[in-house]
Amino acid sequence: MSVILTAIVVLSVVGAGCAGILYLIGQKFKVEEDPRIQQVQDVLPSANCGGCGYPGCAGFAVACIKADSLDGLNCPPGGADVMQKVAAILGRTATATTKKIAVLRCNGSCEERPHTNQYEGATSCAIASALYGGETGCTFGCLGLGDCVLTCTFDAIHINPATMLPEVDEEKCTACNACVKKCPKMILELRKQGPKSRRIYVSCANKDKGGVAKKSCSVACIGCGKCVKACTFEAITMANNLAYIDDEKCRLCRKCAPECPTNAIVELNFPPRKEKEVTEVTKVKEVTETENS
Amino acid sequence: MANKLVISPSPHVHSGDSISKNMYGVLIALIPAFLVAIYVFGLDALKITVLSVLFCVGFEYLIAKYIMKRQPSISDGSAIITGVLLAFNVPSNLPIWILALGALFTIGVVKMTFGGLGNNIFNPAIAGRIFLLISFPVQMTTWPVPIHDTTDAITSATVLESMKLAPETLSPTLLQDVFFGIQAGSLGETGALALLLGLAFLLWRKIITWHIPISILGTVFVFTGILYLVHPVPEFNPIIHLLSGGLMLGAIFMATDYVTSPMTKSGMLIYGVSIGFLTVCFRLWGAYPEGISFAILLMNAFTPLINNYTTPKRFGEKCANK
Amino acid sequence: MKTFKIGGVHPEENKFSAGKTIITTPLPKQAIIPVAAYLGAPSVPIVAKGDMVKVGQLIGQSGGFISSNVHSSVSGKVAKIEDSLDASGYKRSSIFIDVDGDEWLENIDRSPELVRECHLSPEEIIKKIADAGIVGLGGATFPAHVKLSPPPGKTAEVLIINAVECEPYLTCDHELMLEKPNEILVGVTILMKALKINRAIIGIENNKKDAIELFKKQIKSLNIQGVEIVDLKVQYPQGGEKQLIDAAIGRQVPSGALPIEVGAVVMNVATTFAVYEAVQKNKPLIDRVVTITGKSVKTPGNFLVRLGTPLANVVEQAGRMPEDTGKIVAGGPMMGRAVVSLDIPTAKGSAGVLFMTEKEAHRMQIRNCIRCAKCVNGCPMGLNPTELMNFTEYEVWDKAEKCAITDCIECGSCSYICPAYRPLLDYIRLGKGKVMTIIRGRNK
Repeated sequence: MSVILTAIVVLSVVGAGCAGILYLIGQKFKVEEDPRIQQVQDVLPSANCGGCGYPGCAGFAVACIKADSLDGLNCPPGGADVMQKVAAILGRTATATTKKIAVLRCNGSCEERPHTNQYEGATSCAIASALYGGETGCTFGCLGLGDCVLTCTFDAIHINPATMLPEVDEEKCTACNACVKKCPKMILELRKQGPKSRRIYVSCANKDKGGVAKKSCSVACIGCGKCVKACTFEAITMANNLAYIDDEKCRLCRKCAPECPTNAIVELNFPPRKEKEVTEVTKVKEVTETENS
Repeated sequence: MANKLVISPSPHVHSGDSISKNMYGVLIALIPAFLVAIYVFGLDALKITVLSVLFCVGFEYLIAKYIMKRQPSISDGSAIITGVLLAFNVPSNLPIWILALGALFTIGVVKMTFGGLGNNIFNPAIAGRIFLLISFPVQMTTWPVPIHDTTDAITSATVLESMKLAPETLSPTLLQDVFFGIQAGSLGETGALALLLGLAFLLWRKIITWHIPISILGTVFVFTGILYLVHPVPEFNPIIHLLSGGLMLGAIFMATDYVTSPMTKSGMLIYGVSIGFLTVCFRLWGAYPEGISFAILLMNAFTPLINNYTTPKRFGEKCANK
Repeated sequence: MKTFKIGGVHPEENKFSAGKTIITTPLPKQAIIPVAAYLGAPSVPIVAKGDMVKVGQLIGQSGGFISSNVHSSVSGKVAKIEDSLDASGYKRSSIFIDVDGDEWLENIDRSPELVRECHLSPEEIIKKIADAGIVGLGGATFPAHVKLSPPPGKTAEVLIINAVECEPYLTCDHELMLEKPNEILVGVTILMKALKINRAIIGIENNKKDAIELFKKQIKSLNIQGVEIVDLKVQYPQGGEKQLIDAAIGRQVPSGALPIEVGAVVMNVATTFAVYEAVQKNKPLIDRVVTITGKSVKTPGNFLVRLGTPLANVVEQAGRMPEDTGKIVAGGPMMGRAVVSLDIPTAKGSAGVLFMTEKEAHRMQIRNCIRCAKCVNGCPMGLNPTELMNFTEYEVWDKAEKCAITDCIECGSCSYICPAYRPLLDYIRLGKGKVMTIIRGRNK
């Protein structure tokens, strides 16, 4: 019995002693820190995704406090809510930011963009793209090896096994920009989420001339310029045989998409078109098909 | 041309070397020691070895397939080696259920929990032996008498035990006996000559480099040699230290395990010398008569640290420091 | 026998086309001459669509100091200037010339006579080499005139001729040495003059005994002073610049430095021949010897090819493409690039085309690293490949830099030897690029 007692007493004394020493040392070397850093950090999502451009949430919190205004500081995963809270803590106003979302500017699934060779190197887009143009005739399109999937901290991108293209989960994507920075082909882009998640964009990055592009991928932008003419808001520009829709100027009027002979312009989350328009689309398709054959 | 052309980064050729080739090479190197074990301990040795291999391979298969849910990679041969080495590290009269428990610990805990081959921190067979030694000290140190021993004892003591406890009982033909394997001990550790043959094979096939085994054996020899010169008693006899106990088996087959030994030449030397030094310390001043397994286990733990602090000799370094 | 001190592997040599006489390939219908395919700044096309060009005419002006001129290798009409797929796997600017006849510039001496004497000053020689658009023909395509102009404060002491050809399969340099020993030796004396030195070493691997004997004989019969033949033990990557210097003169180039740091200048043997032709015969770099080889190629051989000839045309000379081809490699098996089609043009760095059978073409399934350290022992630069691969995979760039990832010469010994089939070099190459970008950004 006495052995147990001695053990308990000795352990307690040692424990208490150590605690005391730790406390003293902690007091002596205490670093005075702006308490607001902790407060700001508490409202941040703690994902440490780096989407704000700072190393982790702590870095962003310090940056918010040091900065004179919150202009240009944005927490993409937290969005406007979090920035409002941060602004409240710091007594400043948050600049309104629109919610963005990552989109893939490539629609070349296995069917539309047939494989011409077989890549067998390490499974990494960065390595494959440093080696050559890719498994298909298109040297601009998605490689489908999933660097974006690996880099996403929010589990928001997954490769669709049927198309071998990554798909973005709108619920989970926080527009942190990690995948955009990672993609060696630079075909991921942050675009405005749009009202009711409605978006229109050119889902292609091929800068080859029309014929060459079309040969390697049936849904490539061939740089014909029909969409540029159709757009009444000057939102579509054409450079290097590739059309681009500026999401700041686009009013989602849907005039461009039916014009596209290769269906390279993608409309997301819109209600289905009326009967008449649908026939028009197919007509255009038929015309181009006869042209090509 | 039916298939699409393959594209991959250079190099486009491979040496043809593979994990299984290396593993089966080690198995071949273990054959002489295995034959000596059968000669010395009879069919018990065969039984224990075969069962140990079956247990290890079986456990690895079951764990990989049903617990880790991935394709079992039995064919690489690493589980077979682990099985053989575990058998070589136990007495040939060990009860089967203890052996099975040891195999489960070896494969299940030491190897597979870390992610299988390549990810384990400790050499599975060494950790398994120590687990058994600590859990079943009596069974693990009840040595059967070698078949060809002239004395008519039922159990016998290892050379190291005798040296530690009763140096006067050592046989006059001791050196010759230990060299050819006629001594008590774990199943596969007795025949120094056979183990050295294995070492020669491994070096010839370039499966291992000389750095680890030679530095361990050299350190043990030099360290005990110095002690012997200062104080010439049988306990310090360097030749007996070199040839007896598990030193040869450990230095040649266990310490050189790829996964748990350092990767750089200088690291290998640090590792080998430390094992040699620790082994002698454990043998002379520790509670157990044998210390090689503890020394290897301890240095396994230091391997990542050694890897971190030793770098290979870089090209152009000589000039850069000029 | 000499060799380099650290690491190295010995792949199967498979030199099927050794001893096969160089065959001149017929002119193609259309030559595709890339203007941006070489190391350094791309050259600028100075011809336009519809222009008539002659063989040897300058068509691409060098775009800076580290850049090279591009000449027309055929005569005919410029069809277009457009992006075209080359060995890099990407489309790059190229000049397409429709071949019409074979009309050469008048000042090019096409006679086979050996011209021994060279009365030009070193500066004039270097100028001529630069004008001729000569780049390293070993594969790296580094402009030759840059190597011959040591930076201020550095002097060359010895010229080392790289006649190692350590890549398995390839024999183009070997055959060139057997057929043009005198021209190469004169080329060596010209290079020595350009560098203002009187010592040169020709490093030849011991598997080319005939070339070693021939050169020793010709040095005597031509009475050339200061040139020495060193036979080297067969070991890959002995043809690496740093490894060759170590093997030949026992000096190691420090990390990050150029060979001139230890007083050496290394030139490939084919480059030396091109230098001879440029300086003595006024012939710019418009053709080269290409090896067509592979286990199931019917008649492997060495071919003299005009640059810009599509590889398919060259391959026809060696019989058709084998049925069981699974992979086509431009260059040797250790450092060459797999290509997607044979429509790419022969470039200055194309030493060979290797056809690998379907069976050889595939990689094995990647296993866990077992830390066997074979890559560490095999690395000729004394690096730790498996660690560098991990650093790249997990993007630990500071550690990768500290462990000298930028020293990697991409020889592939690590991937070649790895028993777990790990794609070590794939990752290291990526990490090397990333770290170099980081270093450049920091130095700005």
